[in-house]
Amino acid sequence: MSGAEFVPLSLPPLLIGTFAALACAIPGNFLVLRKQALIGDAISHVVLPGIVIGFLITGTVSTWPMMLGAAGAAILAVVLIETIRRLGRIEPGAAMGVVFTTLFAAGVLLLEQSDTSTVHLDVEHALYGNLESLIWLDAMGWESLLDTQALAGLPPELPRMAIVFLAITVLTIAFWRPLKIATFDEGFARAIGLPVTALSMGLVIAAAIAAVAAFDAVGSIIVIAMFICPPAAARLMTNRLEHQLLWSAGFAILSAVLGYVLAGYGPLWLGFNNSVSAAGMIATVSGMILAVAALIGPCRSRTGAAQEI
Amino acid sequence: MLDLGYNAALVAVGATLLGVAAGVTGTFLFLRKRALVSDAISHATLPGVALAFMVMVALGGDGRSLPGLLLGSAMSAWAGLLAVSWLSRRTRLAEDAAIGAVLSVFFGFGIVLLTVIQSLNAGRQAGLEGFLLGSTAGMLYTDALVIVVGGALALALVLLLRRPMLIVTFDPEYAAATGRDVTRIDLAMMGLVLAVTVVGLKIVGLILIVALLIIPPAAARFWTDRADRVVLLSGALGGIAGLVGTLLSASAPNLPTGPIIVLVAFALFATGFFLSPHRGILAAALRYRHYQRQVHVRQGLLALAQGQPIYERLTLRLLRRAGHARPDGVATDQGRAAAAKSLLDERRWQLLRADPDFEAAAALYDGLRPIESVLTADQIALIDRTLTPEALV
Repeated sequence: MSGAEFVPLSLPPLLIGTFAALACAIPGNFLVLRKQALIGDAISHVVLPGIVIGFLITGTVSTWPMMLGAAGAAILAVVLIETIRRLGRIEPGAAMGVVFTTLFAAGVLLLEQSDTSTVHLDVEHALYGNLESLIWLDAMGWESLLDTQALAGLPPELPRMAIVFLAITVLTIAFWRPLKIATFDEGFARAIGLPVTALSMGLVIAAAIAAVAAFDAVGSIIVIAMFICPPAAARLMTNRLEHQLLWSAGFAILSAVLGYVLAGYGPLWLGFNNSVSAAGMIATVSGMILAVAALIGPCRSRTGAAQEI
Repeated sequence: MLDLGYNAALVAVGATLLGVAAGVTGTFLFLRKRALVSDAISHATLPGVALAFMVMVALGGDGRSLPGLLLGSAMSAWAGLLAVSWLSRRTRLAEDAAIGAVLSVFFGFGIVLLTVIQSLNAGRQAGLEGFLLGSTAGMLYTDALVIVVGGALALALVLLLRRPMLIVTFDPEYAAATGRDVTRIDLAMMGLVLAVTVVGLKIVGLILIVALLIIPPAAARFWTDRADRVVLLSGALGGIAGLVGTLLSASAPNLPTGPIIVLVAFALFATGFFLSPHRGILAAALRYRHYQRQVHVRQGLLALAQGQPIYERLTLRLLRRAGHARPDGVATDQGRAAAAKSLLDERRWQLLRADPDFEAAAALYDGLRPIESVLTADQIALIDRTLTPEALV
């Protein structure tokens, strides 16, 4: 395929998908290790009421109010989960289930009640986004990458996702040691004076930001899949956190690229002329990677656990 | 009473039965601390729905027959359930990671299949999206019948299996030791969850059915500590949510059934969260306030007994209200008596706590409990023998 076709139509969604996958997979490593993997699931459900409220207040589908609404809803959800867990003395899983289903239901209700028929805002879009539509019409070919005028026409999701990915990477590197210690041994971290609660709250907020940004571009299904599948698969490959992070980044990129390509061109190879959902395919590919890792990953079994015969 | 059509009335009956069945089933899941497994199960139904549609169309059928779609969804949910238990048992991944992985991957694959259906025969797939959030609008009589019968069957099964499930929920080791097959009972529990999920797909939708399995048990748990009552209450709350939710959503346009049912369930949950006499936060706040006042009065009386001035406003106010002190902080006669009594109590406690013979009683010390409620008169007399006048100063 020529650059004239690839650069405007496939490069931006590919890059956006990859950045979104990476931005979710990196904090996902810590969430999986801390047994908070489902926080990503909860967050991606509650962004729906957030964006609907953002939309209702401003009346337009503009990015920033909806992002703010989503971030606000995510933080509200985390606070509510904590409150119900502590004050109601309910186990974390159930507290999470209570909160995210209720907020999601409220979001759907708001959406039905408000007049959104004129704009492109519906539950399906929220769930699986529309990666394929993020095209770069100003590009003529590879040379456009150096053309400032054409670059201005890039889909805004691309720079935003890239910035979020960079911010997450920088934060992860900056807080590497405390994060690692607090993840593996919270008691020890507390004893040497690390702000454990602030760290875990910060992690959840970083995850929420990644989720909200990715959600806007690619829908929540990728967000949940990328929070969990690449880190989980990486966990089965190695015992070192540094290596796990690299493996998970590799798996995230592989899922995003392979998933996009399979969704866009797979049906063509099979003789159909319609593509399938890229978001769904990326999630599927990440699941395949996890399945392979669970079958042959070198560190797949629990050390010290009784072997089942 | 609302003027419900025959189908709408049937939907209301179906939703009520579904709510009861989900509430009862969900209790076991909730008490087993595996509430979110239901999330994986419900999301895993999507590829089954799509595959069943494709198979039925390929066989020349309509593709929208509800029993067929439900059968397909049950099969893929079962596959998802097996994947969760395989991942969490055979690999080092924790159950939450397994749940998240299965739900996102199955759901993603389901979305892929939905887009395949869209491209294969545009227009004819209408209705499959309804399984995401449920849609009772335009439900056929036979569909409603399937839901009613399914809900009743699931409920009957729960009632049949409630004892073994309760035992496994509380103490898996004991269950295993008494010869029960824990793995099979767990699997049966999940099978019931799956049945409830599948029956609820059409009404509440696969994303929100989890709410019916989690919220009623969590709400019921506020009111009682007895498992059998939690089960009954949770069933009742689920039924109320189902019934009130369907009625509400039928009462006005643009009120989707599934979300309304969930919000009603949450309202019931919030009621318990605030108002329950044992575990509610209102009761907890009142208990805290009562305790705080007790501590203030006690400390105030000790201060009076030792002739120390009291600066804390709350303490002064409480003492004044009890008639122990005048507004300027000087003790009344009654106050002096109470203060002396408190001081004596405190001294006795000090001696008791220093004496290893009273170790068990000393553990009950909380700074408030009168010593008479812990020791007999003889024991107090024994302690008083070591009580010297100087110690009182």
